[in-house]
Amino acid sequence: MLHTVNKSPLERNTLESCLRLAAKGSAILLIEDGVYGALAGGQAAEKISGRMGDFTFYALGPDLAARGLSEAPLIDGIKIVDYGGFVDLAAEREAQQAWL
Amino acid sequence: MAYQLNGTSVEADEEGYITDISLWSKELAILIAEDEKIEMSDDHWEVVNFLRDYYEEYQIAPAIRVLTKSIKKTMGPEKGNSQYLYELFPYGPAKQACKIAGLPKPTGCI
Amino acid sequence: MEEDDFDPEVVKRFLFVNRKAPYGTVYALESLETVLISAAFDQDVSVVFADDGVFQLKKGQDTTGINMKNFSPTFRALEGYDVEKLYVEKESLEARGLTEDDLVVDVEVLNSEELSKIMAAQDVVITN
Repeated sequence: MLHTVNKSPLERNTLESCLRLAAKGSAILLIEDGVYGALAGGQAAEKISGRMGDFTFYALGPDLAARGLSEAPLIDGIKIVDYGGFVDLAAEREAQQAWL
Repeated sequence: MAYQLNGTSVEADEEGYITDISLWSKELAILIAEDEKIEMSDDHWEVVNFLRDYYEEYQIAPAIRVLTKSIKKTMGPEKGNSQYLYELFPYGPAKQACKIAGLPKPTGCI
Repeated sequence: MEEDDFDPEVVKRFLFVNRKAPYGTVYALESLETVLISAAFDQDVSVVFADDGVFQLKKGQDTTGINMKNFSPTFRALEGYDVEKLYVEKESLEARGLTEDDLVVDVEVLNSEELSKIMAAQDVVITN
């Protein structure tokens, strides 16, 4: 399963719900305002860094760049993908769940 | 509406502001100016180029008060006043000059 | 407000409180446009950036990949509109691992208590 999260973890609990309910082994892709969850320095960082063993985390590069986060320190282990990578993930994981 | 230039059509809104800033050219500026009954002189170009530089830097078309103030700062008080600008662009310097410069209608335009 | 009611002599203290990240929703851009319009009417305008609103000022934004307009340079035009009172909440900045050096404009960083006093002193407060 591929899960996408598009809300900032500092404004909504969308990421928390996803982390609570997604099956272990799932891929979680942060998109749009969801990419703020990838920031290493913030208060929300441990939500993801504590679950590295359970999921594979990705963040969408163009959304990071738009928000000025291309050079920002991101949580170790998060992989950055472009739109092509998003499509590959969707194909690879077959089913997709969008957390809004 | 649309402007016809060298056999191609450039889309504009109902007030004549072009919708895609990347399609602007000097030839198009002269054509838009003709529609506004303005013959482009060096003084006109100076203001139009100033507006394009302003837009490039700040991503907005300035309100008239802000335009006047910034022109005053860079070109001096004899050009940075509304009388001078209205002589060049009688129907409103921010509106007419922005249209010729290919910019959107000024934000906070009153 | 009817157009006839506008009295250019009356200057009110307007405070805009920006709480949303820049591109996921339209709130940030709409607020910025309202700030510019208020300033063009010669009002006394201040802007607060709190919560995810501090992300609006993050340096290095490049929106070419998402096909949206990058409006972060416009914050640097505010000075020309005489909007010089820009405040950022310290707690919000720290919660996001950011510092003043990460921002595109000069701001005054204040804690919640100090901001609360500024908010209480306004005629009109618009929160986005």
